[in-house]
Amino acid sequence: MEPIKTLRSRTVVLPATNIDTDQIIPARFLTTTTRDGLGKNLFSEWRYEASGTPRGEFALNRPEAQGCQILVAGRNFGCGSSREHAPWALLDYGIRAVISTEIADIFRNNSLKNGLLPVVVDENTSRWLIEHPGADVTIDLESTTLTLPGGERVQFPLEAFSRYCLMNGIDELGFLLGKMDEIKAYESRVEP
Amino acid sequence: MSRAPQTMFEKVWNQHQVTAETADTPAVLYIDLHLIHEVTSPQAFSVLRERGLPVRRLDRTLGTMDHSTPTRTEQVFGGAPITVDSAARQVRELETNCAAFGVELFGLRSAQRGVVHIIGPDLGITQPGKTVVCGDSHTSTHGAVGALAFGIGTTEVGHVLATQCLLQRKPRTFAINVSGQLRPGVTAKDLILGIIGKIGVSGGTGHVIEYRGETIQSLDMDGRLTVCNMSIEAGARAGMIAPDETTYAYLSGRPRAPQGTDWDRALERWRALPSDPGAVFDKSVDIDGSALEPMITYGTHPGMVVPITGAIPVKQGDAAFAKSLAYMGFEAGAPIKDQMVNVVFVGSCTNGRLSDLRSAASILRGHKIAKGVQMLVVPGSQQVKKQAEAEGLDKVFIEAGAEWRESGCSMCLGMNGDLVGKGQYSVSTSNRNFEGRQGVGARTLLASPLTAAACAVRGRITDPRELMNG
Repeated sequence: MEPIKTLRSRTVVLPATNIDTDQIIPARFLTTTTRDGLGKNLFSEWRYEASGTPRGEFALNRPEAQGCQILVAGRNFGCGSSREHAPWALLDYGIRAVISTEIADIFRNNSLKNGLLPVVVDENTSRWLIEHPGADVTIDLESTTLTLPGGERVQFPLEAFSRYCLMNGIDELGFLLGKMDEIKAYESRVEP
Repeated sequence: MSRAPQTMFEKVWNQHQVTAETADTPAVLYIDLHLIHEVTSPQAFSVLRERGLPVRRLDRTLGTMDHSTPTRTEQVFGGAPITVDSAARQVRELETNCAAFGVELFGLRSAQRGVVHIIGPDLGITQPGKTVVCGDSHTSTHGAVGALAFGIGTTEVGHVLATQCLLQRKPRTFAINVSGQLRPGVTAKDLILGIIGKIGVSGGTGHVIEYRGETIQSLDMDGRLTVCNMSIEAGARAGMIAPDETTYAYLSGRPRAPQGTDWDRALERWRALPSDPGAVFDKSVDIDGSALEPMITYGTHPGMVVPITGAIPVKQGDAAFAKSLAYMGFEAGAPIKDQMVNVVFVGSCTNGRLSDLRSAASILRGHKIAKGVQMLVVPGSQQVKKQAEAEGLDKVFIEAGAEWRESGCSMCLGMNGDLVGKGQYSVSTSNRNFEGRQGVGARTLLASPLTAAACAVRGRITDPRELMNG
């Protein structure tokens, strides 16, 4: 995982609430055995006509959304299945952070493990962001703040260990493998 | 004893902490049982290969295939291939991975194969007080026996394969107290749909739910599994129900449940699991079970649910609501009853157990499904299939005009060839009515097996009580 300390980008906005993982990446694309190449099917049903032609009105398809790395979405983003294909698809497409007032637990966990930043903000900040697509914002992990175009800084919660792993590009498996003595001690205690 | 009263969740959590959480680091939580399947494991095995790691505890790991497997008998047992190439590759990859790493796998033609959340309890390998994980959000199902069970992503599948542990922050606790007797025709499925309708699809986020109260205690094991299954539909990490005599009677004698003196010792441990009197939950809600009616969803998430006698709500100025109704082709204010039905699906990890099939059969017996309706009945496991056939349930379904299939996730999610067509209305006993869940443009209405069967008979949304005998 690449270390990530700050992210500055314009936003692309999907105001819908409860955007579930079946919308992010429909089940028929889950028959893959790798992590790559899912970006082309991100939001497939919303993004393309049945013929495969991009729908011009969909936010991600507009010219001004090209290159945006931060997705602003309505409440409870990522609800539904545990498919890690959802953050893989977002990352493969080029999204590096999701901002919402609420982000579903498993999606949040999966995102953190792949370097996709889940940023939970208050209602007012969310409303402002939804009303201002294309806003140039900065996410800073050192201070765990989101800076709006006017310079206003909004604090967001980020669990200390996840933040450390993100900022240093550390994957958690290495940390867990480092706990092997404790794991073995636990096993000998409960499995005499 | 002077320690503070604990919830069941806290007891299981504390018993599984390899190291406790600190301000800087999450807890290292030990996992007793890891269930794997074909969709969320391939990339995890790739990580093991890249790092040269073995599967650390083969005795705590069990594989099955369910999501992308076909359900037509000729495809499972005949020479007919799996029609979706990538699905066939995924199934082969699971076989290759399990063989290479030594993981026990119930393969495509195994008599023990089935939907991962059906076979765990069925084998008796899901037990009270255990930590159970699987790369599938409906792992919450296993909490019905008093286990702490939750879904994980593929990276975490890799962590458990390699270390038998996960890094976890302790979730909060949520008591859902249900009182009153469920009325005839009102099932565990209606109860959980009613609960989600009340607390909302993110009402449980960050929490482990404990379902409590007389109504929960009076449910049989299959009903409890249905309730816990849909905990994730309320956004919860997990759902749990305290083990009791119903649980012990269910587990006793199952192939992988403890036997003999091991059983006695296990029982002693299990009896200490229920939440202590006075244990404090972070939040709670009370539900009157006796007020519930058969429930059915009308929208595109499981919280958009009404009693079957009710009408589709009217919500002015709510764009998301309007979009959802437009997708469903429904009008605000219209009664849900008598809306059109094209497809009926009975099955899934929510309602693919023997009692669910009995329930659907009780409505279908002596009836034909309506002209033009396609009905699929898909047992949750090959064992369930065998038991259902021993009771003659398969004949009831076939005589009514339904299709009787091999086990699998089938129409619950559109990735195995069992699909609902664009614009078609499907009454489904599964767990998700998201846009496109059962196929591109498919319109899903979630309901109980009783309601689903009644809808199949009439070809319209039907209150099952109109077709119930006695």
